[in-house]
Amino acid sequence: MAMLEVNDIHTYYGNIHALKGISITVEEGEIVTLIGANGAGKTTTLRTISGLLTPREGSISYLGKDIVGTPAHKLVYERMAMVPEGRGVFAKLTVQENLEMGHFSREDKDGIARDLERVFTLFPRMKERRKQVAGTLSGGEQQMLATGRAMMSAPRLLMLDEPSMGLAPVLVDAVFDAIVEINKEGTTILLVEQNALMALSIANRGYVLQTGQIVLHDDAEKLKNNEMVQKAYLGVD
Amino acid sequence: MNKSITIKDIISKGLIAGVVILSLNVIGFITLLGERELITGWFSLGHVFLVATPMAVAYFTTKNMDYESKAKPIGVGFVIGAVSAIPSIILVFLETNTDLRQFLANVSPALTEFLTFGQGVVAGSFILLLFFAVMSALASFVGLLDKKIQHPLVTGVAWVLGIATFSEVLLIRIRDTFGRGVAKFIFEGETLNPIIALFIFLVAAGITLWWDQKGDGIKVTFAGFSPQKKKQLSKGRSLILMVVILFLPLLLGSYLTEVTNNVGIYILMGLGLNIVVGFAGLLDLGYVAFFAIGAYVMGVLTSEGALGLDIGFTFWTALPVAVLTAILFGIILGVPVLGMRGDYLAIVTLGFGEIIRVLAVSDVFKGTLGGAQGILQIPKPEFFGIRLVQPEQLYYVVLGGVLLAVFIATRLRDSRLGRQWMAMREDEDVAEAMGMNLVATKLMAFATGAAFSGLAGAIFASKLTSIFPHSFNLIISINVLALIIVGGVGSIPGVFAGALILVGLPELLREFAEFRMLIYGVLLIVMMLYKPEGFLPDERRKRESSTDEELSLAEN
Repeated sequence: MAMLEVNDIHTYYGNIHALKGISITVEEGEIVTLIGANGAGKTTTLRTISGLLTPREGSISYLGKDIVGTPAHKLVYERMAMVPEGRGVFAKLTVQENLEMGHFSREDKDGIARDLERVFTLFPRMKERRKQVAGTLSGGEQQMLATGRAMMSAPRLLMLDEPSMGLAPVLVDAVFDAIVEINKEGTTILLVEQNALMALSIANRGYVLQTGQIVLHDDAEKLKNNEMVQKAYLGVD
Repeated sequence: MNKSITIKDIISKGLIAGVVILSLNVIGFITLLGERELITGWFSLGHVFLVATPMAVAYFTTKNMDYESKAKPIGVGFVIGAVSAIPSIILVFLETNTDLRQFLANVSPALTEFLTFGQGVVAGSFILLLFFAVMSALASFVGLLDKKIQHPLVTGVAWVLGIATFSEVLLIRIRDTFGRGVAKFIFEGETLNPIIALFIFLVAAGITLWWDQKGDGIKVTFAGFSPQKKKQLSKGRSLILMVVILFLPLLLGSYLTEVTNNVGIYILMGLGLNIVVGFAGLLDLGYVAFFAIGAYVMGVLTSEGALGLDIGFTFWTALPVAVLTAILFGIILGVPVLGMRGDYLAIVTLGFGEIIRVLAVSDVFKGTLGGAQGILQIPKPEFFGIRLVQPEQLYYVVLGGVLLAVFIATRLRDSRLGRQWMAMREDEDVAEAMGMNLVATKLMAFATGAAFSGLAGAIFASKLTSIFPHSFNLIISINVLALIIVGGVGSIPGVFAGALILVGLPELLREFAEFRMLIYGVLLIVMMLYKPEGFLPDERRKRESSTDEELSLAEN
């Protein structure tokens, strides 16, 4: 059984039909990416899965449970975590305080200490800057912090919304390396990206979204070589 | 940063100061304060306010300017002062030749008399011009002085003005404590004796001078103490503070204790609203509603008048009922506004506050709440058979409420719920993504805030023994919000500072009563420009209102 099964969901913003039947499966241990242009519905899909939006039709099952209608804050306790678009660090809190917010859902002190060490190994810069106010970090560091904070809830499924947005190329590499590392340590990843090339280079499989629908679904390697994907998203003529 | 100054700058600054004075004259502020003499035979509060603006403008204009000789900035100050007198002089001439009172009620012969120092129009205007010019030049001169001299000088003047301004209150205390003779020696009527004023100035300036020289040394010695000794010292300080708080009514006397009680009730409300606005970041403008609910529950349950239910409630048994009712209404208000943020929330809560007040006035509940006539004959609290009638006795009821509220607020701030509030204030979506239940978090904030306000209302009703709907105006909500902002949003000590400044001071400065709102407005504008984080800001909030640059500097 797949870890996450999204089956034909339709999500609306008022009368706007944003998702017109999206179906996605994510197997345990995978990196799956959703790529597509602006307004294709990638973020809406993530927000629907994480419970911030409720689909009007369709079903979502996570770890075998139907989670449609489960509020976002409860899904954190089911060990599903999301790093929102635009990073969303608590700008006025320090790095340390941000990370503390991340393990809000947990009680196991030993596990928390272990995970904090893990985040600091993954992002050594966060250790250096633990006393610094998050709003003063660079964009890349904020992305690292947001990712690290999500990891503090010890998720089995980590969803990232546009982690490369607005970052310098060298930092994009660093962030993606960290994502691969997190995945190797056993966390399943669902990654939404506009930077299709980067996303496909680390993912196992990918879905291509267009105006609220999935137009393509294949192994990442194959998608990279797909003519349509190359034209539309990879800038290859 | 040094700037060169052109003639145009000087004239325009002088005119700005002049227009400010002109408007103070026209609204009657100066005339009113002119009646309040500060130092016998010398000057009144009106004079201080009259000349404060050009002096401040002159001081700040010349402080950073380039100059070859000291004469230049002093000259600039002189010109600014002279120019700033012109609008007032024009006003004087207009007043003597035409009757302006039908348009400007406060432009009266009394004002002219005051502005011309009773010396006739021509000579008086000249004196006024000279007075402004010399005082402004003096301000510029003080700005040039070495910090070592400037600081004691300014402190001394501030002390004299402060003591003279609060003479009314001080007089009573001094008379009660040291006897009539001492009071008469210091104050003539309500004004300060010039010799005593000089003495105060010298003492204040002297102490400041001494502290500036030796203070650093003492601080270093203190810093050198062992942690144990420091702990002892801070313990000693807390002990002294506790004793002072406990015996405050003895120190203050009846009138000041009454003022303190009012401040205390505002502190109680401020602590509650601070949770809603400061901790949780929910802008609530209808906060007075819970205050009203607390007061009316207390009134209906305990009143010995016609409207009292007479079912055996005393102050102490009605108190929890009042608080619980307020909490219930806090939640009732909370539910419909769960999805709202910022401005929308402010408007809805504003409406809620008005609904409660209008219901209290309305005929619908006239039978139970008394309509516009309110509820009368609410008994004062009783404590082991003693009826607490005097302000000195009621002080302890208010004190109990405030201490309880401080304890709860502090514990909540540092609790898991406090962290939830903080995260929600920063970013609702991310807070939810961290596993926080926003619905419960918001409702807890509204409920806790309402509880404090309900408690304040209940004590208020019992203290006043009668309540009327018009006591629960929107202006109370605004006052409470303003005191939080002035003290520092999210800061518990800030609530105390804000309440003292916005509720305590106006009670003591009766002269300003008519212009209370004007002063509120000016104070808030100045605060936001120069000290946006408030007087006693919360550490974390301080970060929020400072710029990013400052932040990284402070943290590295």
